[in-house]
Amino acid sequence: MSELTFKIIFIVAVFGISLFVAMYTTYAERKLAAFLQDRLGPNRAGPFGILQPLADGVKLFFKEEFIPRVSDRLLFIAGPAIFMCTALMTSAVIPFAPDLEINGTTYAMQAADLNVGILYLFGVVSLGVYGILVGGWASNNKFSLLGAIRAASQNISYELAMGLSIVSLVMVSSSLSLRDIVDQQSGWAWNILYQPLGFLIFIVCAFAETNRAPFDLPECETELIGGYHTEFSSMKLGLYLFAEYIHVFISSAVLASLYFGGYQFPFVSDLDPGPVKTLLGGLVMFAKTGFFIFLFIWIRWTLPRFRYDQLMNLGWKVLIPLAVLNVLITALFILF
Amino acid sequence: MDKIFYVLAALTLITAFMVVISRHPIRSVLFLVATFFLISAQYILLNAQFLALVNIIVYAGAIMVLFLFVIMFLNLSRDLERFSSWMPIAAAGISIGGIGLLLLSAFRVAQTNVEYTGNPEAGLVEQIGEVLYRDFLFPMEVCSVLFLVAMIGIVLLNRKERELPSKIPLS
Repeated sequence: MSELTFKIIFIVAVFGISLFVAMYTTYAERKLAAFLQDRLGPNRAGPFGILQPLADGVKLFFKEEFIPRVSDRLLFIAGPAIFMCTALMTSAVIPFAPDLEINGTTYAMQAADLNVGILYLFGVVSLGVYGILVGGWASNNKFSLLGAIRAASQNISYELAMGLSIVSLVMVSSSLSLRDIVDQQSGWAWNILYQPLGFLIFIVCAFAETNRAPFDLPECETELIGGYHTEFSSMKLGLYLFAEYIHVFISSAVLASLYFGGYQFPFVSDLDPGPVKTLLGGLVMFAKTGFFIFLFIWIRWTLPRFRYDQLMNLGWKVLIPLAVLNVLITALFILF
Repeated sequence: MDKIFYVLAALTLITAFMVVISRHPIRSVLFLVATFFLISAQYILLNAQFLALVNIIVYAGAIMVLFLFVIMFLNLSRDLERFSSWMPIAAAGISIGGIGLLLLSAFRVAQTNVEYTGNPEAGLVEQIGEVLYRDFLFPMEVCSVLFLVAMIGIVLLNRKERELPSKIPLS
């Protein structure tokens, strides 16, 4: 199998896995929410309701497509598309498993090993705002616009703290490539042990960047009806909602690989590189990712929503100074 | 590589023209974002991944979002008024003339078919870091102080009048 064929198969597989995980995250979210609120949750479609995501998808596809007459048609369609594309693009630089060696050829379990992988992640995340802004503005509805503006200002504010927390992580690992960062954390040398504060800042920012509770102000029903996707119907709404779950999956994978060793697990270096190691590493990676997805859901159904001024104060007056402090502390540790 | 360059260059020029031609400012901004993307693609062709991504993060990801933000608040959905005075037309004429003159003089002395002899890895993180933090450390720090001053100045200018210290005790 040539390098190119493998890459194509791998990219399609990652695409499929992202969609599949996102699909079942919706199911997990509803089941866990039901559990936390002492309800049953979806249990009609299939055993334990495991076909519910399929039913939801089919329903969304067959709903009536409605584009408001006063909207900017082209941008109205482009909005959800941009949002979905940027959500899916982030998975390109995540190393999902150790290298696979068969008959002397090495297959990297990563779509692209960029030497500036972290910056790529950061760039794509910062582009996610366009999907929301364009869609919200093109709806020509003041509630949509307000939701979009809220989402954009929230993302811009939290990107700064997120970037600063990544700066200190990069200082520790002195590499911008995700693969190098994961490889450095073999055994128990996880980055969370060196960067506890950075991890805390990063995870709070990840919650804000994915627009999830307790930071789900952009789609706050009580004030904004539905937020930036008020005017969207059918699969366009589906894309917006679904992209959020892809964001959750990717953020979890990034958290796992940046701070929790990715596919590394104790005694990993004792194994020979081969299918067993790759499979085990991949499973460990997905277990860690699954834990973070669980955390995302758990927090959503536990904490109430912030007020908007609280959100901004937290971002600008707490997280950014803390992140700067973290950079300084890290620099001092590296110097002495 | 050459073919990719020409395709990218053509697309860059088209999107850049669309920025100017578009009737609606929001579309202009989006075309400008596309232009930045294409310029980043050119950087990648030159093996400068770091510059390409920083270009996207800073321009497409931050500055243009702020542009979009401001334009959305301006409520420009109705047709813009036509040029009524001669001033903008004169200004446009002068700037186009100036740029044309500049281009002409540049092309007159420009050499084609020059072999590139610089470092092909000049755009990677390590090289840029060394240049910025070793060779040009002082100018770089001065620049950052300059940015800080500009930022503080803007915050100060935008403070509301009543929040300024009004009761400074005399004497």
